[in-house]
Amino acid sequence: MATYIQIATFIVGAGGQANIEFTSIPSTYTDLKLLVSARDNRSGTDSDDFKLTINNNTSATYSNKRLYGTGSGTGSDGGSSTGNANSYSGVLTASTATANTFGNTEFYFANYASSTNKSWSTDGVSENNATSAFAAFYANLINDTNPITRIKIEGYNGNTLQQYSTATLYGISKS
Amino acid sequence: MAKTYEPIATYTAPSPQASYTFTSIPATYTDLIIIINGSVASGNPSVWMRLNSHSATAYSYTRVTGNGTSALSSREVNQTKANIASAFGMTTTYETNLIVQIMNYANTTTYKTILTRANTPSIGTEASVNLWAKSPEAITSVEILNSSAVNFSTGSTFTLYGIKAA
Repeated sequence: MATYIQIATFIVGAGGQANIEFTSIPSTYTDLKLLVSARDNRSGTDSDDFKLTINNNTSATYSNKRLYGTGSGTGSDGGSSTGNANSYSGVLTASTATANTFGNTEFYFANYASSTNKSWSTDGVSENNATSAFAAFYANLINDTNPITRIKIEGYNGNTLQQYSTATLYGISKS
Repeated sequence: MAKTYEPIATYTAPSPQASYTFTSIPATYTDLIIIINGSVASGNPSVWMRLNSHSATAYSYTRVTGNGTSALSSREVNQTKANIASAFGMTTTYETNLIVQIMNYANTTTYKTILTRANTPSIGTEASVNLWAKSPEAITSVEILNSSAVNFSTGSTFTLYGIKAA
């Protein structure tokens, strides 16, 4: 009985790339776990958010709630809108973060192949060994009742994922 | 290669029900993970957990919460159950993801620590750490219940995984 099976992994090469997308995700598992280590070149800041696009669906309603801490303060935000505006979920480091330092994020999609709307849980950090960093929890939802077969992650502000960023998708089976 | 994240039990509610209990949990794993996904029949009840049917005031927790506007933290002691989702609970929309992690659950020498994450995108996200300070014993059952005795909806899922250290 196989569980926690690696489905696919991506490693960003020299020159970087705009996004990472998992496609043709089989419906044979119960849950998905996506683990990401990433950095982008967003200027003037040490962290960024991921934008997620599920099933290439940019017209659905995405909703989220975020709880975060920066080392000097806390906050919460989120909302609901048609399109990706509220699909931000997860953390990566950005251009002013300590060199060679990448953010870490875990996305958990329960019952991803069901016929209900899809929700996921996200924990992300961008520890920086400097005066500021970012740690956050997210609750996300897309009003899309189709099984998840595609997941795209990219920097929320359209910046380039840097070399050595990695993303691995695992399938978890309940039987 | 050793198996990890092994499913121990899974349950999909065939009809509305007030709670679900994982029983006869074997002591052969190192840690436990519980995944709950679903909705409730009405209102917005909190979701709680009892270990080994123990309902004395031996539970405590600290939580952080975000509702999209404010971040808060709070703490409770001498509780009769452990917290999973007490700040925002579940709704009548099938949207809530709950993740429970119980480390070193089978030992008979220490109190048990439980980490939880609760996500209901329409209202908030929550993380908590719980302590079960009963005279140390292995965890053999976990009951999932809500505050208002409101039923978990048909189709809500409850899955228990075991993780081995070796």
